[in-house]
Amino acid sequence: MRSIDQTSRLRSFALGFVSAASYGVLLSTGTTARAANVADQVAALKAVGPEGAGNTKAKEAWQQLSQANAQALPLILAGLDDANPLAANWLRASVDTIAERELRKGAKLPAAELEKFTLDTKHEPRARRLAFEWLCRADQTAADRLIPKMLNDPSVEFRRDAVARLLIEAEQLDSDKKPEAADVYRRALGGARDLDQVQEIVKKLEGHGQTVDVPSHFGYLMEWKLIGPFDNTGEAGFDVVSPPETELKFTAEYPGKSGPVKWIDHATDDIYGKVDLNKAITKANGVTAYATTEFTAAEARPIELRMATVDAIKVWLNGELISANNVYHAGDKMDQYIAHGHLKQGKNVILVKILQNEQKEEWAQDWEFKLRVCDATGTAVLSKNRPATKPKAAADKKDQAAK
Amino acid sequence: MQRLLLKSTLFVAACTLFCGADWLHFRGSDNRSVATDALPVAIAKDESGNDQNVAWKAALPGRGVSSPIVVGGKAIVTSTSGYNQDRLHVVAVDAKTGETAWERQFWATGRTACHPTSSVAAPSPSSDGKHIFAFFSSNDLACLDLDGNLLWYRGLTHDFPTAANDVGMSASPLVMGDTVIVQVENKGNSFAAGLDTKTGETRWRQQRKADMNWTSPAVLRGKTRADDLVLLQSSDRLSAHNPHTGEQVWSYEVGCSSIPSPVAEDDKIYVVSKGLTALRYQPDAKAAEVLWSENALGPSNASPIVHQGRVYTLNGSGVLLCGDAATGEVKWKLRLKGPYWATPVVAGNHLYAFNQAGLAQVVRLGDKEGELIATGNFGEPIFGTPAIADGALYVRTDGQLWKIAAP
Repeated sequence: MRSIDQTSRLRSFALGFVSAASYGVLLSTGTTARAANVADQVAALKAVGPEGAGNTKAKEAWQQLSQANAQALPLILAGLDDANPLAANWLRASVDTIAERELRKGAKLPAAELEKFTLDTKHEPRARRLAFEWLCRADQTAADRLIPKMLNDPSVEFRRDAVARLLIEAEQLDSDKKPEAADVYRRALGGARDLDQVQEIVKKLEGHGQTVDVPSHFGYLMEWKLIGPFDNTGEAGFDVVSPPETELKFTAEYPGKSGPVKWIDHATDDIYGKVDLNKAITKANGVTAYATTEFTAAEARPIELRMATVDAIKVWLNGELISANNVYHAGDKMDQYIAHGHLKQGKNVILVKILQNEQKEEWAQDWEFKLRVCDATGTAVLSKNRPATKPKAAADKKDQAAK
Repeated sequence: MQRLLLKSTLFVAACTLFCGADWLHFRGSDNRSVATDALPVAIAKDESGNDQNVAWKAALPGRGVSSPIVVGGKAIVTSTSGYNQDRLHVVAVDAKTGETAWERQFWATGRTACHPTSSVAAPSPSSDGKHIFAFFSSNDLACLDLDGNLLWYRGLTHDFPTAANDVGMSASPLVMGDTVIVQVENKGNSFAAGLDTKTGETRWRQQRKADMNWTSPAVLRGKTRADDLVLLQSSDRLSAHNPHTGEQVWSYEVGCSSIPSPVAEDDKIYVVSKGLTALRYQPDAKAAEVLWSENALGPSNASPIVHQGRVYTLNGSGVLLCGDAATGEVKWKLRLKGPYWATPVVAGNHLYAFNQAGLAQVVRLGDKEGELIATGNFGEPIFGTPAIADGALYVRTDGQLWKIAAP
């Protein structure tokens, strides 16, 4: 539901934008009115919600908005800043429709405004990327001018492009046998957030005799206290509250599935932080385990807990349930589940519940998870008391696919 | 409501009469993979690498394994791009020229993990002749008109966050009357739903077995369009529903395959269960009657085809099997080069099979035998079943859309 205040703010922004974008050209009443209309239409698109809510009004607003000319593009792009994911697609479709039509009829896109929008990191990363891609249609020099400066951009797509350019540069230096290549690979690693690029850089740096602390680069949590197995016969354990969900008492002993269970310390040496419960606890089916660790934050801040597992999983941060996925053996791609949380300054407690079912197939026997702490770009957020990465994980040369 | 239904029925009937050349859904407008068009048998590249009857090739953005549809003079294709395959593309290609008529992009609102052999663009689009319903493995569903104008948008994983399958989902939507039906079956929130084609609002939603399933809804034609039912195949049943209300009319509860989809002709239904099973449903009956089951006719990934009293399947060894549609008796076998993901298509008396490597094999369908009469190489992987419209074959390879037609 769109509030009156929200609409008013957008209209004010629209009028301000028209003033700023007109560069001293006398504004006509018609221009002002059109900008206000665009603002109203953008607000109508941003009011869409789950299960089709607002679609009918959005359709009418979209039809009007998509008739706007190219000067409206920055204003529509700005609407993406706080749009929900559904609204973002309505807005995006209007941007593409307007830009595509304007180019077809030979009109020019507002390159200067699009570039300004692209470079303003206060805007939503995907909105900036969209502006950039239309800018590139209007100005073929844009990518070469802008991308090299975007290695540490809040947009992972810009970072990826900047890293790719550095990799080309480093490979050229490598082929010329120049030792500076390693420095360029290091610079690329600083910006790289995508697994494929990080893996490629790590391999190259190892070729130069350098090691990379991959777990710290991604922010994988390596040291845990584990307890289990508890019972998950018939996949009934997901909502069963076992003692670790109500108390973290590391000296306690509880009845488990096949006898008493106690907390144990566990440190993984897998470079992607995999905690293999079949090895750490016991190889079993129809079972539940808990893992917990402390995280000391330098400051209070929002974070993402990104995890991957083929098993059912629940995650609590400081006692608040922030992720629950009751799904078994359907893949475990890196960052499969992303949970949003808020760290408090100082000690934080992460608790993970991980459940294996009773499937018999060979491919359904893994009981494991990986979990990392990072920001919205995937940049690691490290605990102040993070222990040093063990040598095996830091220098593991095996190309372990993180799936 | 009844007036609305009547209008929709009349519209669909008009489409059938006047837009008969279109190929509106996965496996065609009746989900039967059959067209009456005469197509050339020499297609794609010959052994010397020369193009045969290639009208045009259009480059596609990103990746995709979905099938094209053809509607209103445009071939519609979906694909995805980006490191996380989270950019969803809908591309309209002018059927005459091969030029891109328009392209729309969206950002996935659901999860985009999938098996490397699949793609987030695995479900094929569907159309009622006026609108395009583009669906993706992320459970994003966009409704566009034929000029690419966005009419509504749904994010079904956005609405139901555990509705996802990290192996990838592939069930294509199916428009019936004024309802678009989606099958979102997975190990999380598993359901089938019917959405209002005008607004995207949910008309009905029914829980299905929480298990991975890749089959697509299929139409079972009734005496009139108002009597049509939608067939939903899951791993534990084949059920028939009123497409407008979702009401279950009958259910055949038996283990079914979770990859090939069912096919129906008149009152007969062919479902991949116990090899291949034929059912008959007579209007107003409470259940479907089992006609036969034949283990030897069981297909691998491609869906069965029924045509002129014969049923055709492709098994895991790349063998094309022909059975008697009335009895299930195996009539003949022909070894082809597999493996296959794409369901073949039949045009006239020829079956066109496309293997995973991009090799097309054209088989003349005979009463007592099938004869391989031509091969053509597309040179790129093919995972989606082609479309046939206006005497042309539209083949989606990994990176291109091909139009094959006699000059």
